[in-house]
Amino acid sequence: MALESKIPKGPLSDKWTNHKSKINLVSPANKRAIDVIVVGTGLAGASASATLAELGYNVKTFCFQDSPRRAHSIAAQGGINAAKNYQGDGDSTYRLFYDTIKGGDYRSREANVHRLAEVSTNIIDQCVAQGVPFARDYGGLLDNRSFGGVLVSRTFYAKGQTGQQLLLGAYSAMNRQIGRGKIKMYNRHEMMDLVVVDGKARGIITRNLVDGKIERHGAHAVVIASGGYGNVFFLSTNAMGSNVSAGWKIHKKGAHFANPCYTQIHPTCIPVSGDHQSKLTLMSESLRNDGRIWVPKNIEDVKAIREGKLKPTEIAEENRDYYLERRYPAFGNLVPRDVASRAAKERCDAGYGVNKTGEAVYLDFAAAIVRYGSEQAHVKGLDENDAALVKKLGQEVVRAKYGNLFQMYEKIVDQDPYETPMMIYPAVHYTMGGVWVDYNLMTSIPGCYAIGEANFSDHGANRLGASALMQGLADGYFVLPYTIGDYLADDIRTGKIDTSNPEFEKAEAAVKAQLESFVNTKGKNTVDYYHRKLGKIMWDKCGMSRNTKGLKEAIADIKALREDFYKNVNVPGTTSEFNEQLAKAGRVADFLELGELFAKDALERTESCGGHFREESQTPEGEALRNDKEFTFVSAWEYKGEPSKAKLHKEKLDYEEIEVKTRSYK
Amino acid sequence: MNLTLKVWRQANAEAKGIMETYPIADVSPDMSFLEMMDVLNEQLMGQGVDPIAFDHDCREGICGMCSMFINGEAHGPDRLVTTCQLHMRKFKDGDTITIEPFRAQAFPVIKDLTVDRSAFDRVQQAGGFVSVNTSGNTQDANSIPIDKHDADKAFDAATCIGCGACVASCKNASAMLFVSAKVSQYALLPQGKVEATDRVMNMVKQMDEEGFGNCTNTGACEVECPKGISLENIARMNREYLYASLKG
Repeated sequence: MALESKIPKGPLSDKWTNHKSKINLVSPANKRAIDVIVVGTGLAGASASATLAELGYNVKTFCFQDSPRRAHSIAAQGGINAAKNYQGDGDSTYRLFYDTIKGGDYRSREANVHRLAEVSTNIIDQCVAQGVPFARDYGGLLDNRSFGGVLVSRTFYAKGQTGQQLLLGAYSAMNRQIGRGKIKMYNRHEMMDLVVVDGKARGIITRNLVDGKIERHGAHAVVIASGGYGNVFFLSTNAMGSNVSAGWKIHKKGAHFANPCYTQIHPTCIPVSGDHQSKLTLMSESLRNDGRIWVPKNIEDVKAIREGKLKPTEIAEENRDYYLERRYPAFGNLVPRDVASRAAKERCDAGYGVNKTGEAVYLDFAAAIVRYGSEQAHVKGLDENDAALVKKLGQEVVRAKYGNLFQMYEKIVDQDPYETPMMIYPAVHYTMGGVWVDYNLMTSIPGCYAIGEANFSDHGANRLGASALMQGLADGYFVLPYTIGDYLADDIRTGKIDTSNPEFEKAEAAVKAQLESFVNTKGKNTVDYYHRKLGKIMWDKCGMSRNTKGLKEAIADIKALREDFYKNVNVPGTTSEFNEQLAKAGRVADFLELGELFAKDALERTESCGGHFREESQTPEGEALRNDKEFTFVSAWEYKGEPSKAKLHKEKLDYEEIEVKTRSYK
Repeated sequence: MNLTLKVWRQANAEAKGIMETYPIADVSPDMSFLEMMDVLNEQLMGQGVDPIAFDHDCREGICGMCSMFINGEAHGPDRLVTTCQLHMRKFKDGDTITIEPFRAQAFPVIKDLTVDRSAFDRVQQAGGFVSVNTSGNTQDANSIPIDKHDADKAFDAATCIGCGACVASCKNASAMLFVSAKVSQYALLPQGKVEATDRVMNMVKQMDEEGFGNCTNTGACEVECPKGISLENIARMNREYLYASLKG
């Protein structure tokens, strides 16, 4: 199967407009006869479901949670980017496009990114119209803040709960359509497989997680909006249920999987506290607007801190190493995530980590508290030299901006971040890789689409902060609902999809067989035992820095672990009941395959780019070294029976508008 | 620390439930409550006992999926947190902890500590939205300035995570705090005002049909709400409802 990106011809800035005007449409009357399945209800899935239903399609939407409102987009904290230029600081569609391409280390598709920047402004308008309560200034207008890797303030936010507010907006739009009967919502349902009939996606097999019933659902198109696969690392900032299964099942049915090794390790997460740890918690990148990252300059101070003999607040200014400001004076604490994460690892590896495990750095708000406090004292005509007053006023400002994040930190770590610096360390957060899609967001299976984090298209090798929300909603509200019509226009005479077709029967039988085999294995190890082991291999050998030896070991280790899993896993209970362990077993089984492909992809890409850092490819200063001559392409993997046998297809990346340069934030 | 857990076990919606007692040893104070439950489940599976079913997902206090009635309180003894953000340092060695599902007629038990809260979704479907289609031609987001105080109040109401702690804490199993939070969010914003009358009537009607009880202003909901949703919202919804009823 050849890779056809279907990027429209013409100048970059006209591509989307021209494409939209020329693609095929489905008439309102015909839309009523067409069914579309959407799997997942995060920003992409919920917004796509609502918009498709508004257009008149019959939508069936599935989520594994007890309500569509729980999808993990809800946990996004910091904000959403849009090229509104409300601050008048020189922002534009082009600049957002340029920042995203550069931030992605020149490994994303130019046309897709430009489209993303174009529709970004519509998203904000749409959300405000829905009643999303974004932060506003005293004049009643929308407020903005700045995120990593950019020099403008284009991020819209709702305190540290932007994802929640945007998702509830999309959820409300869905609710309106559920009420109208245009969306049929299936909560607590897991997609178990894709059904392909005559080369086209024609439905899915699901399992009702409450009673275990296996069901068939037919449709004229299937949209996968199931999010990313960060949980392959076991510990990540993803939700416990986040999984790759929907994406992996379609991969096994013919959809290429692109750039699996592009993973975002987020620099500011709460460090691991012990072996019991089940997940990691992010502290929003927005905190780097006001927080300064540092470790002690002197190793003696590090030791004293670890022994509890010294407090960070007792270390004098000249004995602190603000290493991001030192290494990257132009962007300082707001360098992109991959750069900030590697810099934290570099300091901790050198022995300067500030907690017991040696894997933590400080994120300090003391300077911001004084700065805001003095400003407030000045505004209110109070004494700017009264340190206690300034601190109090400054803390109030910081509380208004980041109150919920500070509270979360305090509950988890049991320390007050208003008084002492936060301790943070990088953690797996987002996956830029995902199902390969063309410009229309269709996978290599006709009629099967992938949107949001589940696809690979917009972020290249590193995603900029506040761009995930933008992409999810761009795909769901403004891109897919139009591009899908181009395909469905040929399907107006197909009629209802017959789920008694042998392909449905075959897929259902295979699903049932796998479930039965899980509960009948009756081995000695729990599902989590395998998930933790897999996570450790991934973190140690496919984490923030990677090398040939480690990656080869990872491939062998994961394969061995997978074989052991099928022999020795213990899944209690039966297939016909509410059985969380059984659901988890299916998800971990898929992670055990994806992990191997991940390592294989990382091994093949011998350059460093974005979040993918190969130790063999770095500058003398330790910065990532790209190899544009050999690697300016998307790796799209075709399933060939086993992850290690996957076949590589290369989609060459052409840059018409942008000059490919070394990414520098110095 | 070592603890004794008394946990509600119920095989399915129809089965009769009972409290079972499980000892658990070596609990770290840094664990979250759900991590402690994970450890217990690993222990139970080792003994051939069916693990305890409980809802959870984001484990950072925002998705609203975790529930649990711990020692007689929704989300346990800590304030302004969900069960997933409750840490074991709030308990002490030798404690006995009672863990039950959120109980309400409108929230039937699915299994053990897992309940069905889809009634909340149906209340939202009855009117918890602004009727605006996605077009790409919506007016500019800054064309209507909104008083910062109103915007902030709308945001505070909108932070409800739909966990159901208010219902579980209320002696009448009333959903007024939940419903009023959504009604208030929209009532405070110009975008929501157009449909305010229909919204409040339809949502309240659906709330009653789902079998939630009446509000008697006890205020337990506000105390137990992990997001600190204020009782003011209930007052605002009552005003909105009265106005809508008079308007007819």
